[in-house]
Amino acid sequence: MNKIANLYIKVASIVIFVGLIVATHFLIIPKNVLFLFLKLVFLIPSVALVVNLVNIIPKNIFYLSSKIIGFVGLLALIVVSYLSSKRKPDNVNELYTDFTWLINWPKWLDTPFMHWINKGWRSFIADYGLIFDAIGYGLLRGYTELKGVIVQAPWPVVIIGVIAITYFTSGRKVGTTAFVGFCTFFIGFLNPRFWDKAIETTTMVVIGIAICIIIGIPIGIAMARSEKVRNAILPILDTMQVIPAFCYLIPGIILFGLGAIPAIISIFIYACPPLIRLTDLGIRLVDKEVIEAARSFGASKKQMLLGVQLPLALPNIMQGINQCTMMALAMVVIASMIGTRGLGDEVLLGLQQLNVGAALEAGLAIVLLAIVLDRMTQAYGDKIQERTQPGKNKK
Amino acid sequence: MSKIEIKNVYKIFGNSPAEVLPMVKSGANKEEVLEKTGHTVGLDNVSLSIEEGETFVCMGLSGSGKSTLIRHLNRLIDPTDGDIIVDGSNIMELDEQQLIDFRKHELSMVFQRFGLFPHKTVIENIGYGLEIQGKELEERKKLAMIQIESVGLQGFENQYPSQLSGGMQQRVGLARALATNPQILLMDEAFSALDPLIRSDMQNQLIELQAKLKKTIVFITHDLDESLRLGDHIGILNGGRLVQAGTPEEIIMSPADDYVEAFVKDVNRAKVLRAKTVMIKANEFNSNDIKLADVYKVDEGSYIEQFLPKVLADRCTVMVVDKMGDTKGYITEKELAISLSKDGYNLK
Repeated sequence: MNKIANLYIKVASIVIFVGLIVATHFLIIPKNVLFLFLKLVFLIPSVALVVNLVNIIPKNIFYLSSKIIGFVGLLALIVVSYLSSKRKPDNVNELYTDFTWLINWPKWLDTPFMHWINKGWRSFIADYGLIFDAIGYGLLRGYTELKGVIVQAPWPVVIIGVIAITYFTSGRKVGTTAFVGFCTFFIGFLNPRFWDKAIETTTMVVIGIAICIIIGIPIGIAMARSEKVRNAILPILDTMQVIPAFCYLIPGIILFGLGAIPAIISIFIYACPPLIRLTDLGIRLVDKEVIEAARSFGASKKQMLLGVQLPLALPNIMQGINQCTMMALAMVVIASMIGTRGLGDEVLLGLQQLNVGAALEAGLAIVLLAIVLDRMTQAYGDKIQERTQPGKNKK
Repeated sequence: MSKIEIKNVYKIFGNSPAEVLPMVKSGANKEEVLEKTGHTVGLDNVSLSIEEGETFVCMGLSGSGKSTLIRHLNRLIDPTDGDIIVDGSNIMELDEQQLIDFRKHELSMVFQRFGLFPHKTVIENIGYGLEIQGKELEERKKLAMIQIESVGLQGFENQYPSQLSGGMQQRVGLARALATNPQILLMDEAFSALDPLIRSDMQNQLIELQAKLKKTIVFITHDLDESLRLGDHIGILNGGRLVQAGTPEEIIMSPADDYVEAFVKDVNRAKVLRAKTVMIKANEFNSNDIKLADVYKVDEGSYIEQFLPKVLADRCTVMVVDKMGDTKGYITEKELAISLSKDGYNLK
């Protein structure tokens, strides 16, 4: 009874969402940012609902039909690629008479993905470019403001600030604090030019991590809660981690222009997957009996998540943020290739002038910055671990 | 009416339990089902009823389905088929919200490895059920302190679970379960992870608490001595089937099959059997049979070990009386011999 009602609700909502998408696409269309944004937002629940609908189909029918659809799709793809290929044989009959195409990979057996992506990309830019302008503008504002404040502050104040933050986040550990303060001092000490550049780099990293946390942790939670979501997201994460950075650096320039913003977007693509994975893992690793205990007392899903799962997964999540920080720093250096300023810029400059000393010096500054950021996040993670799982960390 | 009734419950683990159900219903056993379909039978047609205020012990070796059974009572696991009736209402019909309310107020659970929240202090752990119920901090603290005192953990309330010993941790678990004042207490191998001395301590504490609180307790264990000590009724599970259910005396005096017999073989009978179980009823007893000099009066509820030394020392016959002092029956050396020998029933 309940299930059928659910089905109706789902079908109705899909119809509404699809209607909205069609309406925004064909009817209303003043190409203003708000409508484009709405359209993008509607896409996500629509996909989720389609996934839900697919789940209603009985398993065996689903497997059978998915096999058939997959096979037919592959056949169709081959036919399409044959027809659209410019290097196909003059006559189809040649395929039956001349079998040389079985020896070397035939030129016509080539999916036209490149053309499709280029075509899609162009129309995507035309339709949605505005949104990216808006996002880029917002990020740029945040970046410039934050950078401006830190750069204009006198350098001793910045060092004292770093020391103060480390002191409190590490739970008043004097050794860590002193070490971090020393490293911070040494970045500027290496070369006075590095000071402002290190601040630029740090600002980009911080904004990148903030975006990773805001988007990554909820995704990690969703993955831990549902097998289906995990199965859908894991391949995306694999792609994000494996795909070479330049594949998204260049489109990033097209969408956001040169400078800090494509670097921040690249940081998100490159550094977010480990945070998502560790959040997911952390939540799933919470002791099953503890979860059962919470359930047996009647905890709702929300109470379970906020009261039990997240606090117990926090050490893992902090580890994820730490990893995220390190990878973000690595990405900022690569991003200097697309004109992002910062410490990576100095490395690039040194290499281009074959000035080994300058390149190494800048590299050292990056390492020092990495140490500072690592110790700050790590110390905070340790402190949390001590609070949530006392006794576990004792030596 | 019984407090808890379990009616023809089946539980099959696997990908498509509904398809395997008819096979299990037609009587295939666990091994056959596993071999033919790859599904594991957790529970196979289990029916039992548990009375209000009693301690029902569910016993079996690991893999017999006892932990699965107890998780059906608060629906941490849903059965493949069958009904579970608590207080006259079928809990299989509860929707999600009703189920949460049911868990909040009607029952609570104690776990084998304690299931404490490592990031909460003892007092926060004990107050967890109350927190979920939405009670204010002050009230939570007050109620939790009462429970801390009742299990004797004063002074530890601000420690974390990892700073406590196993026995103390399980007392926290017990206190946490009692804090919401539930009708039903589910204890899943609650004392199995503790060492023998502490276990016996905890058993005593539970018996004391139960004498005061009169909860309905469902206790899971693989230890026969524990089940005989705590249980008003005992159910024995084997391979997901309920082999026998009855009082401790019934289980020992007339085991239903070889499996139960193997279980009860090494029990110290003098500790378990009561006078009223082994006596010959007064009207069936020929008082001329009293060959021995003295007659010694014992209460019908006392265990053999309580009067056995007296019988041996004074060579007396035991007269069993009830609370009012009326004679209910007699125990001679012959009855004692029969009841204490392992294959005693064959002597008759």
